[in-house]
Amino acid sequence: MAPSTGTAEARAAEPQGEAAHFERTVARDQRIEPRDWMPDAYRATMVRQIAQHAHSEIIGMQPEGVWITRAPSLRRKAILLAKVQDEAGHGLYLYSAAETLGADRSELTAKLISGRQKYSSIFNYPTLTFADVGVIGWLVDGAAICNQVPLCRSSYGPYARAMIRICKEESFHQRQGYELLMTLMRGTDAQREMVQDAVNRWWWPSLMMFGPPDADSTHTAQSMAWKIKRHTNDELRQRFVDMSVPQADALGVTLPDPDLRWNAERGHHDFGEIDWSELKRVISGDGPCNAERVAVRRAAHEDGAWVREAAAAHAAKQEAR
Amino acid sequence: MDKDWPLYEVFVRGKRGLNHVHVGSLRAPDDTMALRNARDLYTRRNEGVSIWVVPARDITASSPDEKDPFFAPSGDKVYRHPTFYDIPENVPHI
Repeated sequence: MAPSTGTAEARAAEPQGEAAHFERTVARDQRIEPRDWMPDAYRATMVRQIAQHAHSEIIGMQPEGVWITRAPSLRRKAILLAKVQDEAGHGLYLYSAAETLGADRSELTAKLISGRQKYSSIFNYPTLTFADVGVIGWLVDGAAICNQVPLCRSSYGPYARAMIRICKEESFHQRQGYELLMTLMRGTDAQREMVQDAVNRWWWPSLMMFGPPDADSTHTAQSMAWKIKRHTNDELRQRFVDMSVPQADALGVTLPDPDLRWNAERGHHDFGEIDWSELKRVISGDGPCNAERVAVRRAAHEDGAWVREAAAAHAAKQEAR
Repeated sequence: MDKDWPLYEVFVRGKRGLNHVHVGSLRAPDDTMALRNARDLYTRRNEGVSIWVVPARDITASSPDEKDPFFAPSGDKVYRHPTFYDIPENVPHI
């Protein structure tokens, strides 16, 4: 233990007050903790981001969950079950982090099932074959890892700690997906085609997961200043493309982009223009599965009401004894 | 409804010889369910050998508002640290 740094005189010279203390904490790369003073807009941004992230994990159980009963072996069933259970866990870590900011958990759920809060656009695409399960692990979870690793250093303590836990578990998700695809690629021509078809459908939506281009991103500048975000959408997207190209080669699939090529000058891969109108459409509710995803979540919540009530009644009865 | 389920803070002992460490929170109708949920939520990969769950309302915490005066008593007592004392280089094992 070192004696505390900074003399009384140095402290006296610093601007005082809550706002100054907040700015100083962020500037020093220290974490903001739940009971600290924070600007209202910082709190609102964190609640929005964490809730949206939590909702994504919860809704993200659906596209893969539907394949649990149809997984081709007990091994794949067990893996998929564990993976979907992890997604539920990630959602719960994040709701717990949101609650430290004063958000109400049941209110967040109410906002999700009434369509007032969003979740990641990627989960509004259907999973047509079992190869989709592999591609989601490889590309969708791969993109999520790209996004989430820097969030482990996010300025809000409970969020950063949840992200550390989540990132550790995401690595299993990505590897099981890639291994699943390698297995299919060693199979028949039909199985290889199935993988390529899944890659064709998921590649562009995966790139959209990083959000709109920097020029159109409304939250990026402020979030970077507050160190909620550490990299811009375009930086992370580029990193993901550069990571994915050699993985696609090793797998033996083609990424569906004729403009994708190595640019020695930039030291990065160039890639084609993303169809931003598609992202807008899916975000605004008009994706292939938006209505179904929210309806399934709402039904699960409503059908489970009696369980929550029974548990509460049991607890009340035990306490009365 | 889940609104009425109290919030529990969860502490996990990672392995024998370590302290319980705060890992997060959850909502549960009672202590038993809180413990079971904590096992499923925070120890899916052998992260712990022991779990404590504590209703969040029972925790008394220092207030960040009184941060400076509250911790002030330890701030000016540099003599509590071993580095405060100058010992000649030629004195071993100290």
